[in-house]
Amino acid sequence: MTFARVAALVFRKDVAIELKSGEILYTTLFFAVSCVLIFAVAFVKEGQPLPGAGAGILWIAVLFAGNLALGRTFERERYSETLRALLLVPAPRSAIYVGKLVGILVLLFVTEIIVAPMVVLLFRVPLFARPLLLGTLLVLGSVGFAAVGTLFAAMLVRARTRDVMLPILLYPITIPVIIAGVLGTGSLLQSPADEPIALMWIALLVCFDVVFVTLALWMFEPLMTE
Amino acid sequence: MVQLDQVQLVDVSRHFGRRRAVSHVTLTASRGDLVALVGPNGAGKSTLLGMLATLVTPTSGTIRYDGREARSLGAGLRAQIGLLAHDLHLYAELSARQNLTLFARLYGLDAGTSVENALQAAGLSERADEDVGRYSRGMRQRLAIERALLHRPKLVLLDEPFTGLDDQAARLVTERLKALAADGAIVLLATHDLEVAADLATRVAVVVGGRLIADESGGHDLRRRYRAVVGNA
Amino acid sequence: MNKYFTPLAVVAAAMFAYAPVAIIGAPYESTMLLVQKIFYFHFSTWMALTAAIVVCGAASAVYLFRGNPRADHYAVAGAELAVIFGAFGLVSGSIWGRKAWGVWWQWEPRLTMALLLELVFIGYLLVRRYGGPGSEKLAAAMGIFGAATAPFVYKSVDWWRTIHPQTTVMKTLGARSPGMWGVVWFCTVAFLLLFVLLLALRVRLEEQRVELDRLYLEAEG
Repeated sequence: MTFARVAALVFRKDVAIELKSGEILYTTLFFAVSCVLIFAVAFVKEGQPLPGAGAGILWIAVLFAGNLALGRTFERERYSETLRALLLVPAPRSAIYVGKLVGILVLLFVTEIIVAPMVVLLFRVPLFARPLLLGTLLVLGSVGFAAVGTLFAAMLVRARTRDVMLPILLYPITIPVIIAGVLGTGSLLQSPADEPIALMWIALLVCFDVVFVTLALWMFEPLMTE
Repeated sequence: MVQLDQVQLVDVSRHFGRRRAVSHVTLTASRGDLVALVGPNGAGKSTLLGMLATLVTPTSGTIRYDGREARSLGAGLRAQIGLLAHDLHLYAELSARQNLTLFARLYGLDAGTSVENALQAAGLSERADEDVGRYSRGMRQRLAIERALLHRPKLVLLDEPFTGLDDQAARLVTERLKALAADGAIVLLATHDLEVAADLATRVAVVVGGRLIADESGGHDLRRRYRAVVGNA
Repeated sequence: MNKYFTPLAVVAAAMFAYAPVAIIGAPYESTMLLVQKIFYFHFSTWMALTAAIVVCGAASAVYLFRGNPRADHYAVAGAELAVIFGAFGLVSGSIWGRKAWGVWWQWEPRLTMALLLELVFIGYLLVRRYGGPGSEKLAAAMGIFGAATAPFVYKSVDWWRTIHPQTTVMKTLGARSPGMWGVVWFCTVAFLLLFVLLLALRVRLEEQRVELDRLYLEAEG
């Protein structure tokens, strides 16, 4: 069984389950939307949104929602110990990691598509002034966050305290992603948009993603055997 | 690798901090063996099966498959292993057919025929498209057994396979396992059910407190022998 | 214990005893005068923190990929020392900031980075403690990722605080006269020596704990 085929099968399985029940998708989206609304209430004074808050809120909502989604998708694998069954398949085990990673990424992208317009609306920030650069930032940032998150969520599957451990471990490690994402987005919101700075942050994200996806691929198998 | 003739546990131990799960177990099983692992709850039977399935690494000792260790055999070894654990390895949100198709594809099998055969063997052909979450325990158990055997593994590891099965289903499974062993597979099953083990097993291994305290052939008079060895505790 | 331990401990103690003398004798820095002298310990603790992170990261990698239990001992010792030296760095940096800039906290690149790395290695210790069985491997993953993310944290915080428009001016360390360098190296060596000694002690403690578990298991029969 090839790597790509196994990863694709795992991903399609997750999609099939989501299409049937929609549980993770709807609850994650709703959570992200609620996040933005709560921030709107907290940070809008007398009808005026806090200047510069939009970029941060976009990323926070997406990452909080992503954290929940990670927990839920591996809870599903834990329920009937199906993760163990997947690990028994005669294929490179890191293919399972990639399959799950792609699933989480798709979920994050859908969340971003919903949340970004909301942020534009509520916080009056010109997020879509430079859509290509914004899109690149969101994609790269999501990959970095999801790469670490998928690995951590998988390794915590058997830990009793997994729900609280995931954010504790995940957020400090992905701080560079958060900084790069927020500041990169922020620089795009200036008028005129500060493109060189955004590109600088994009470069950082590319390096981060390459390093951490590579590390995660290496580390998945030793972490999954007890 | 196409055939698996023998699996050996050599002085294998596994402990978690101060909790000992398996202690200095040496056991060899060969083609055609149907070994029943019996013992009280928490004796380490599940951990032993997990180690044989390459999911758990021993803290000391080695496990050899035809004389070689798992590490040197790589992913191909797993094509020969079928595991049914206490949790059933089934996606509750998918139907029986979808579950089996997924695993058939993951194992590189021709999905159509193997899935239909498995559904038939499990007696679930009519309800194949309902979500597994809706099945009774017995139905799920039968499906889980078929899922584990889908790729016709040579090393069959079963943890309490008879849970939730009625008499007839249990008999069917027993016949299935006997046929597998006759066909050259190595079958190890952990069970509480001494009657079934007696009927089925060619060898009985008694595991208590992580240790292998008896390893004898034949399943005759099992209950008496078990009590003698384990005591009435 | 290793026969070098006691003499080295004596040397370390002596160095720390002498350090205040050396620091007092060092020339004053032009802008910050007396307050700047925290720098000698602050910088040295930074070096020790770096050493701790490197040890933890490398040992975690060896443990995860080779399964060598000794590596795990070094990993946990390194993580604990990273938390300790990191805390010391944060406190000394904060005190310095209070005196130099009037505030207890500044989002200054190095302080921020120390804070974030502190969180990472506290996370390491938390997962070891509360992660349940097999938590050594989980912690090893945290150690590897923590060490790997450190340069990224550094770069991102650095850019955050220096390139962006709303930055406060980062206090540079100013020109250093030769007399200062001598004291800097002296204190750094003292801290690194302390680090090595504490590491050895902690590794030994961990070895004994593991040995105790093994004896316990054997005694159980």
